[in-house]
Amino acid sequence: MGAHGHDHGHHEESFISKYVFSQDHKMISKQFLITAIFMGVIAVMLSIFFRLQLGWPGEKFALLNTFLGDKWAPDGILDKNAYLAMVTIHGTIMVFFVLTGGLSGTFANLLIPLQIGARDMASGFLNMLSYWFFLFSSIIMVASLFVEGGAASGGWTVYPPLSALPQAMPGSGTGMTLWLISMVLFVVSSLLGGLNYIVTIINLRTKGMKMTRMPLTMWAILVTAILGVLSFPVLVSCVVLLVMDRTMGTAFYLSDIFIQGEALDVTGGSPILFQHLFWFLGHPEVYIVLLPALGISSEVIATNSRKPIFGYKAMVGSILAIGFLSFIVWGHHMYVTGMNPFIGSVFVFTTLLIAIPSAVKAFNYITTLWKGNIKFTPAMMFSVGLVSTFVTGGLTGIILADSALDVNVHDTYFVVAHFHIVMGMSAIFGMLAGVYHWFPKMFGKMLNSKLGYAHFWLTMICGFGVFFPMHFVGIAGAPRRYYDYSEFEYLNAVLDLNPMISIFAIIGGSAQILFLINFFHSIFYGQAATQNPWNSNTLEWTTPVKHIHGNWPGALPEVHRWAYDYSNPEHEEDFVPQIVPLKAGEHSH
Amino acid sequence: MNLIIVLLVVLAIIAIAQLTKVYDLSRTLRNSREEEITPADNRLNANAWVIWMYVFFASTLYLYGKYGDYLPESASEHGVSVDRLMSINIWMITIVFFIVNYLLFTFAKKYQYNPGRKAKFFTHDNRLEMLWTLIPGVSMAFIIVYGLITWNNITGPASADAMQIELYSKQFDWTARYPGDNKVFGAADFNLIGTTNGLGIVTKEGIQSKMEELDTEMENVKAAIELVKKENGNLIQHRQHSNSILSNMLNGLMPNFFPSEGSATVDYVAALEDELYRLQRHKQRILDLSENELNGLSQWEAGNDDRIVKGEFHIPVGQEVEFVFRSQDVIHSAYMPHFRAQMNTVPGMPTRFKMKPTITTAEMRKKMGNDKFDYILLCNKVCGAAHFNMKMTVIVDTPEDYAVWLAQQKTFGGSKEAPSDSTGVETPKADTLTMAANH
Ligand code: HEM
Ligand SMILES: [Cu+2]
Ligand SMILES: [Cu+2]
Repeated sequence: MGAHGHDHGHHEESFISKYVFSQDHKMISKQFLITAIFMGVIAVMLSIFFRLQLGWPGEKFALLNTFLGDKWAPDGILDKNAYLAMVTIHGTIMVFFVLTGGLSGTFANLLIPLQIGARDMASGFLNMLSYWFFLFSSIIMVASLFVEGGAASGGWTVYPPLSALPQAMPGSGTGMTLWLISMVLFVVSSLLGGLNYIVTIINLRTKGMKMTRMPLTMWAILVTAILGVLSFPVLVSCVVLLVMDRTMGTAFYLSDIFIQGEALDVTGGSPILFQHLFWFLGHPEVYIVLLPALGISSEVIATNSRKPIFGYKAMVGSILAIGFLSFIVWGHHMYVTGMNPFIGSVFVFTTLLIAIPSAVKAFNYITTLWKGNIKFTPAMMFSVGLVSTFVTGGLTGIILADSALDVNVHDTYFVVAHFHIVMGMSAIFGMLAGVYHWFPKMFGKMLNSKLGYAHFWLTMICGFGVFFPMHFVGIAGAPRRYYDYSEFEYLNAVLDLNPMISIFAIIGGSAQILFLINFFHSIFYGQAATQNPWNSNTLEWTTPVKHIHGNWPGALPEVHRWAYDYSNPEHEEDFVPQIVPLKAGEHSH
Repeated sequence: MNLIIVLLVVLAIIAIAQLTKVYDLSRTLRNSREEEITPADNRLNANAWVIWMYVFFASTLYLYGKYGDYLPESASEHGVSVDRLMSINIWMITIVFFIVNYLLFTFAKKYQYNPGRKAKFFTHDNRLEMLWTLIPGVSMAFIIVYGLITWNNITGPASADAMQIELYSKQFDWTARYPGDNKVFGAADFNLIGTTNGLGIVTKEGIQSKMEELDTEMENVKAAIELVKKENGNLIQHRQHSNSILSNMLNGLMPNFFPSEGSATVDYVAALEDELYRLQRHKQRILDLSENELNGLSQWEAGNDDRIVKGEFHIPVGQEVEFVFRSQDVIHSAYMPHFRAQMNTVPGMPTRFKMKPTITTAEMRKKMGNDKFDYILLCNKVCGAAHFNMKMTVIVDTPEDYAVWLAQQKTFGGSKEAPSDSTGVETPKADTLTMAANH
């Protein structure tokens, strides 16, 4: 059945095959996590660089010059083109590398075999390839920051014609080429990973692990992988057409363009076509980012409330509904592109429908806490924080979904506030919750909980401190992707928020150092973990602390119940692992 | 200064690392486990949730109070209904925001761990779940219906007496065009854009002079090619081999991927030939344009009385305006926050947005007690380095002032001729005045 028999655990491996070209899902998961942490550090640093400019426009920061050199920060003032390049790469890295590759790559790889009771992924080899494609695309993306002309600068959505024409801005030259190459490699990585996740979850579940007994993490990861497999190919076609427009003289996205004194030889293309293709991926993408985080928090909240997750079926149903709906809402990014207003109306309708399953999830989380017996582990702190950011950020989505209102807030800081809270903060919180929760499983060591609390509270306060005020900046009419707002008299009233936002960003960014120290210190010097530190029900906590190939030393475990028998009155203990057989007369869920 | 900051950061890191070690040590000594959250820690965090909640709510209210009154009242008719819809939405989501966050944080505190208690085994409740499917469902239905009514009003066709203004975007400024006395915009085509014709307005003379311009350029390029060929005859042959799609593509990705012998000359000739080809195509497009006569000859002449303005443009209060947007190079977005108006400008695809201004600039200045206030048109789609600085002032005038202003603007035909020309450069014409006053 599995790719590995359990005898594999016994022979010695070389350093290379164990740590570098590993095909073991647990090692690959660590590779993804550590790569994502590096990418995250870069993306946060970029955001602090450009927040310096936004907070104190024109102010000289010698430190910026030290970091970025005379070309990008002459006299310590961030250059206009460099500003746009940094915003673009910050967004790209956060969305794709940290929260798609990093989040799914880490937790799908770690948890799928462990939680469904499989020896490894269906194909360990594809899994390894998936990581290597991810690593190469990461390297190329970061390298693109250093090329002549700078990295891609048209925003993470790279709309043509801006991105198609090197003469339109410096970043649309080599930087953009590298961006495109990197993204194609990234998609290959996602597809290899995603197919593997789907096949493994569907085929390799252990005896008794019915779909309806799977922990919610598995459902979330399954639906995420399906979304990815269906939507990423569309991104590839979108990108390939753009490559052709850039290098082969085609005009899929170009028409009637006069630029730099030259009437280009292009007619009949449509820049709007690009946006349709892009957002056909782009919207599912935000759920690809969010769903695994919701899955993780479901698991963490149930475990630490010592209560079953409330409304398991409704939770699964809403994951499926969100997954399905996410494919028919992409047009809400395009209300003001000149798209037919009737089509806009249809997208208003489908988009606002998503509020319903989202609300169900939020209320079910809260009901799970109700009459619970809550242990505030650092993972639990981040998960409760996630519920707050998910609700707070989700609500402003209702305004953006309403086309008549979007006319006035589209592409303003209101949007930046909205997506950072609902997608950025929620998904990062989910990811951090996952790291704190499964660190013992990944590294066999415990993280320091005191540092964890400090990290959480600083991140929570600074996160809201950065993004909540941005709503007001946006609603006053401040466009996003602006290098400097000081020339606009009508914005003066809200601009005094900007330095404060930047200060929160600097503190919040630096607070991540606490996490880095905790993480790397604990890998080597942390307290040794026990087998089931959180008294959890799921199968991964029945494996030995020290990793072995094939995960379980003997036969695969057999599953007898759902994952949420916490505080079941028919049992003495407040948890009943899935491998415990039903008692006589006990009914299963 | 830099050194100090770096030192501080390094010191802070070392300090934290040391503290961690001490902490780890004391843990081992006390024999306590990391996963066993102490009652003190649990209580601390549980209380912190509620303290956080108060801070969060208080700062929310503060922000609403201080910054919630975002823009001045809408200066357009549809904007009033947008604002009404907005405040209803904001009220709804604010209430839900407070309720849900309140429940979340108070539950977190109230149900903190107590070893003497067991959690309630509560797996599901169909009635409750139905309730919180239906309530959002009904609210969404309300928002959808109300929102779409507003949306249909905003995007419906402009009324018959709406006046049209073209807003034209390019990196990095805006141009406004008024159709002139005949109320028809002259046709425009990007092939005709040049130094004296920024919008590519189609006129017979324009076509003529552009063709001549292209012819001269082509002659020059041909001469240059001849010259190089004469000097390096045999090297040119090389180019034929590598002229495949693949090599073009690779060269596009990485210049000089296939360097060949004498490649500098070869590349130079190739570039010249490409340039010649481009000019020929350009000329062909203009020929097609003049042969098709799509809009009839009369419309080609319609452009001569179009008025073209930069820097600021005026609109008359109480008059519905339909903006027609075109773009020269990349996508921009015409955003006029005070009118709650926004539409992308897309090369190759004209877009539209209609609105009726209701408050003149002078009135708004008085209302705001700020005699420097101006309405503004900004670019709201990232379009390059100076995107943040691509703006135009919008002035809402009384119809009388507007007519006077409009009549002072140069016409396209007029601006190309000597300034002393009579085509309405200085003196307001009677018929423009009546046209504006009629509305
Ligand atoms: C350290 C915390 C962060 C700070 C201070 C920060 C700040 C910012 C700011 C100021 C912008 C520019 C907005 C604009 O001009 O349009 C931006 C853009 C963006 N950020 Fe973040 N951000 C942070 C974390 C994140 C996270 C966790 C995500 C993950 C979703 C994220 C995703 C994005 C995206 C997608 C963009 C848009 C880039 C673009 O305009 O193309 N950011 N961020
Ligand atoms: Cu979307
Ligand atoms: Cu622009």
